[in-house]
Amino acid sequence: MDYDDFNDNKELEELQKSGSSVMLSTLEALQNWGRSNSVWPLTFATSCCGIEMMATGGARHDFARFGIEVYRASPRQADVIVVAGTIVKKMAPVLKRLYDQMADPKYVIAMGACAVSGGPFYYNSYSVIRGVDQVIPVDVYIPGCPPRPEALLYGVMQLQRKIKARSTTKEPKAEAPVEDVKATEETILPTQTPTP
Amino acid sequence: MTRDELTAFVAEHVPDMKVGTNKQFPECIVNAEQINPLAKVLKENPSTKMDYLFCETAADRKDGFHMVYHLTSSVHAHCLMLKVILTDKVNPVIPTVSNVWHAAEFYEREIFDLFGIRFENHPNLKRIFLEDDWIGYPLRKDYKDDFILER
Repeated sequence: MDYDDFNDNKELEELQKSGSSVMLSTLEALQNWGRSNSVWPLTFATSCCGIEMMATGGARHDFARFGIEVYRASPRQADVIVVAGTIVKKMAPVLKRLYDQMADPKYVIAMGACAVSGGPFYYNSYSVIRGVDQVIPVDVYIPGCPPRPEALLYGVMQLQRKIKARSTTKEPKAEAPVEDVKATEETILPTQTPTP
Repeated sequence: MTRDELTAFVAEHVPDMKVGTNKQFPECIVNAEQINPLAKVLKENPSTKMDYLFCETAADRKDGFHMVYHLTSSVHAHCLMLKVILTDKVNPVIPTVSNVWHAAEFYEREIFDLFGIRFENHPNLKRIFLEDDWIGYPLRKDYKDDFILER
């Protein structure tokens, strides 16, 4: 995303300029504005990316500036799940359940090489899932091993941009990954037939 | 005790042991049937007092499975490494040391799970990490399954 694209407060600036106290907008824009500026992440981290995510939440980088603020310990209260770390076969059903327990609208950020593709464990690993998108649909991928806090912030901003582009009033288009996820879940997760 | 004193101490009790080449710890290579009595002596003898087994693990090497025991003493603050080479790569068996150090119980369950080394007289030798229906031992070098991508 280019720097000039960050003009979230365009309306506010114009209000101030004109000295008016009335603003016209669409309900959709208002809803999206609200949604994108209070994305609450789930307290979920499985390895070193989690440490980086915590650093992003700390005072120096301060997640909260972008409204992705309070870590929720319950998936019922979370809007986004930042998959920060390696997901192994045993963890995958747990992650899937956490995702299923989240209320709509829900988003997924795959943070770091392991969550994106299995990363360093892509080859010769008997346990690591090659990309979290084989288990749940992913909105934003953040590469890095682990990504720096700036990268996570950038990814969060991309997610906010994605939320803003989405229509809240029109019927959403059928999202393809959902079916795929079910198919892959059946084929990939329980494949447990190694040679004796 | 110093490195040489420790290896000499082990040699006293196990005359046919070999000294290994490990640089960090004094390393003694002993036979499988000697490990349990040796462990007891090392723990109980007041001059060694190896009261802490801080690592027990295995490695799949060309000449067999290497069982590795890292011992330390909270009294004398000296460390020792014991090694047992199990040449049977199909059905390796070794006596447990969990009757000497209780911590070995979980280490040995893990080694059993991932390497398939069986521990004689272990009180509760069952899987610790893998699913119950897992076939094979994933940390063996010859392990293969449908999931793994080899390179």
